[in-house]
Amino acid sequence: MAKRIDVSGLNAYYGSFLAIEDISMTVEPRSVTAFIGPSGCGKSTFLRTLNRMHEVTPGGRVDGKVMLDDENLYGPGIDPVAVRREVGMVFQRPNPFPTMSVYDNVAAGLRLNGRYKKSEMDDVVEKSLKGANLWNEVKDRLNKPGSGLSGGQQQRLCIARAIAVEPNVLLMDEPCSALDPISTLAIEDLIGELKERFTIVIVTHNMQQAARVSDRTAFFNLAAVGQPGKLIEIDETERIFSNPSVQATEDYISGRFG
Amino acid sequence: MSNASLTDQRPPSSLRGATLPKWFAWAVAAGAVLLGLGISFAAGLDSSIQWALIAAVLFVAGSYGISAKVEGRRQAKDRTATSLVWVAFLLAIIPLASLIWTTVKRGVKVLDGYFLTHSMGYVRDTEPGGGIYHAILGTLEQVGIATVIAVPIGVLTAIYLVEYGRGKLAKAVTFFVDVMTGIPSIVAGLFILSLWILILDMGYSGFAGSMALAILMIPVVVRSTEEMLKLVPNELREASLALGVPKWRTIIKVVLPTSIGGITTGIMLAIARIAGETAPVLLLVWVTNLINANPFKDPQASLPMYIYLQFINSGGQGAAYDRAWAAALTLIAFIMILNLVARGIARWKAPKTGR
Ligand SMILES: Nc1ncnc2c1ncn2[C@@H]1O[C@H](COP(=O)(O)OP(=O)(O)O)[C@@H](O)[C@H]1O
Ligand SMILES: [Mg+2]
Repeated sequence: MAKRIDVSGLNAYYGSFLAIEDISMTVEPRSVTAFIGPSGCGKSTFLRTLNRMHEVTPGGRVDGKVMLDDENLYGPGIDPVAVRREVGMVFQRPNPFPTMSVYDNVAAGLRLNGRYKKSEMDDVVEKSLKGANLWNEVKDRLNKPGSGLSGGQQQRLCIARAIAVEPNVLLMDEPCSALDPISTLAIEDLIGELKERFTIVIVTHNMQQAARVSDRTAFFNLAAVGQPGKLIEIDETERIFSNPSVQATEDYISGRFG
Repeated sequence: MSNASLTDQRPPSSLRGATLPKWFAWAVAAGAVLLGLGISFAAGLDSSIQWALIAAVLFVAGSYGISAKVEGRRQAKDRTATSLVWVAFLLAIIPLASLIWTTVKRGVKVLDGYFLTHSMGYVRDTEPGGGIYHAILGTLEQVGIATVIAVPIGVLTAIYLVEYGRGKLAKAVTFFVDVMTGIPSIVAGLFILSLWILILDMGYSGFAGSMALAILMIPVVVRSTEEMLKLVPNELREASLALGVPKWRTIIKVVLPTSIGGITTGIMLAIARIAGETAPVLLLVWVTNLINANPFKDPQASLPMYIYLQFINSGGQGAAYDRAWAAALTLIAFIMILNLVARGIARWKAPKTGR
């Protein structure tokens, strides 16, 4: 299931503004890769280029190559809708569909890819909710609105919704920044389990979180506001946090930034 | 604030100032009304509204003066703002209340089951009897057809503008919708008249009226639907797109269900707005005293035309006069029911947050 991502020479623009410049990196399958860096350095932008969500923003434009195993996501004839089924995404603020029940939220992605039998759908929903460690909390209220759950539960519901379509890669943009510490812990545990099945990329502002959950860490930085963000280095998480090869990384991690 | 007597009255806490009791506003209001009545009586003003205006001015001025003396300038200004809001509210409510009161009082005389289920037939204007069945039928059919034409066009236009529209075409569409919003109903009627009846040589029919009503309805539907679609958070669209849902399905399955309550309300209000239109109906549908259930052929009755003709032919009294008011009451009731239904749907369809 899990696939390798290989990015080379990637630039992303908002209109004429170059937001990230010349990014090249490899994201290993069945592992967690964390993106860290100051606000505005283009972590979200880069993440969104990995499932072609960047071009949803008006003016959003990308050049460069993103290989998912051996297919270029930006190659000719590639359907962005199909890409997004392979590369799922979890957002910063939990965003369950407010008109749908817990069940329908999880089923939402699948209902589109053709007709499912009720029993099949039940299985997928149960499996996904279990996969998101949410099943025990919601199994008695599957038909209640999804927006009635707590923030942490909503975020796990969004994760269940994303893994229900069986993507190869799961992108998470600061998935815990709107959550309390206990919900954060629940999601971090979950990430540890999910990496057995998916390639996971997570953006985080929390250094400890990056150290706890990720196998590899990428540090992004920008020279100044209005300049494009760049990848400074990517390495094993342990190395990044103990002995990074670039001074700027060490400064950022130890808080001696700017 | 070096006034000694004021400083003496000031309580020890600097957070607590002198406050007038709760009944103060009511007392001033009562005083103002009495004075207003007194003044207008003494001056021999016989209008039923002049005393109220005098009382309103007295109330605002009086509460400012007294409050400024006792509580201080800031509180006095606060009171003035509050009383101005109340006065404005009352001035707005008076015409509405009196309109409803008059209509109900005069309308209930002949409004009964017989009236609602019979047409005028060959009842003459001076005779009692007859009813508005043919007019209700006509209005329902004309408004219904107009809705069937206007809602798909209006909603799809709004979806285009909000979800797809970029650049010149969207700007042009927005511009034309703005222009359409300002079209007077008689002009919409004349447009269809020249196109449908004069050029295409069709006769009067309910359908011709419906087309003009649809022209009036479309911009209202576009505007309100646009506003509702803009209220749908972008995060929901992105959540759906990121699941690999195509854009058109995202719109149908996520965006529209989230905003359907507001869209329906807007449509209901648009219907309410056109249900009382008289000018296009006069030009295109004409009128009849008989039941014509076919909206595609021959003149049809309608409530606005019925009210107009009964009133004109009544000379201000008698059976036709009563029928005009009863029909007006029916029309108001119809529109109010539509409004209530719209509210009900909005509440029922609002995104749920219940646990
Ligand atoms: N929708 C947008 N339109 C224009 N510029 C944007 C938009 N979103 C982000 N940017 C710009 O792109 C740069 C990178 O932003 P972002 O990817 O959100 O950074 P991060 O997630 O690292 O905080 C910033 O300079 C930001 O101002
Ligand atoms: Mg971000």
